[in-house]
Amino acid sequence: MIPLSYYLVLSVILFACGVTGFLIKRNIITIFMSIELMLNAVNLSFVAFASYWHVLSGQVFVFFVMVVAAAEAAVGLAIIIAVFRTRETLNPDRVNLLKL
Amino acid sequence: MLHLALFLIFAVICVAGAVNLLAQKHPIESALSLVVVMGALAGLYMLLGAEFLAAIQVIVYAGAVMVLFVFVIMLLNAGEEEHTRGSKVALLFGVPGMVVGSVLGAWVLIRSNPSAKDVAIGSLYGPAREIGKLLFTTYLLPFEITSVLILIAIMGAVVLARRESQ
Repeated sequence: MIPLSYYLVLSVILFACGVTGFLIKRNIITIFMSIELMLNAVNLSFVAFASYWHVLSGQVFVFFVMVVAAAEAAVGLAIIIAVFRTRETLNPDRVNLLKL
Repeated sequence: MLHLALFLIFAVICVAGAVNLLAQKHPIESALSLVVVMGALAGLYMLLGAEFLAAIQVIVYAGAVMVLFVFVIMLLNAGEEEHTRGSKVALLFGVPGMVVGSVLGAWVLIRSNPSAKDVAIGSLYGPAREIGKLLFTTYLLPFEITSVLILIAIMGAVVLARRESQ
């Protein structure tokens, strides 16, 4: 028997790691992986709440989140390839055409 | 007792993988630690009784999505990340800020439900049949919209990654 808060605390830690990676990483692929980490953290809290309330809908939501994340990964990686083709870099600091 | 031990093992693997993702300089090592995190999360889903989601997590996330990531890393020949002044400032303020934020969030969560009931092993059983029934009755419209979304994503990926013709 595990309190629900343990799962939620683990979810918070994973989400914080994802946000930190999003902030400190300077490689556009790693930043994208941090976003996936955040999505996974949210999925864990969805499954924990589904188990807590005895409602299967939470697991269906996780299914939808996974589908959207997979679609997002495909489109995002295509965008990364397009950016690399035009700018020849993976560093988001160098993609600064719109900067003053 | 066994449940708690398994939870702690998987949780430690999860957090170690997530921290390693931040610590590694090369994207391929970050990608491999993300695979570790996703595998450990699949174990946690099994503990929560969500066996269908555990299978999907391994197949879709640890399998398909991460293969896509590794493929792009190899395709673009991504090297170690370069550090700029902005990234040092982000490191200086981002890491302590997120540590403080996550400790605060964890403290609030632990304090807020001391009397709440526990999540027992296998208390909610989520086999593929039950999930499928829900998907094709209650959540039929979102399910169909999702299929359209995937179609659009396929076309978008093809259009974006296509080489511009001169």
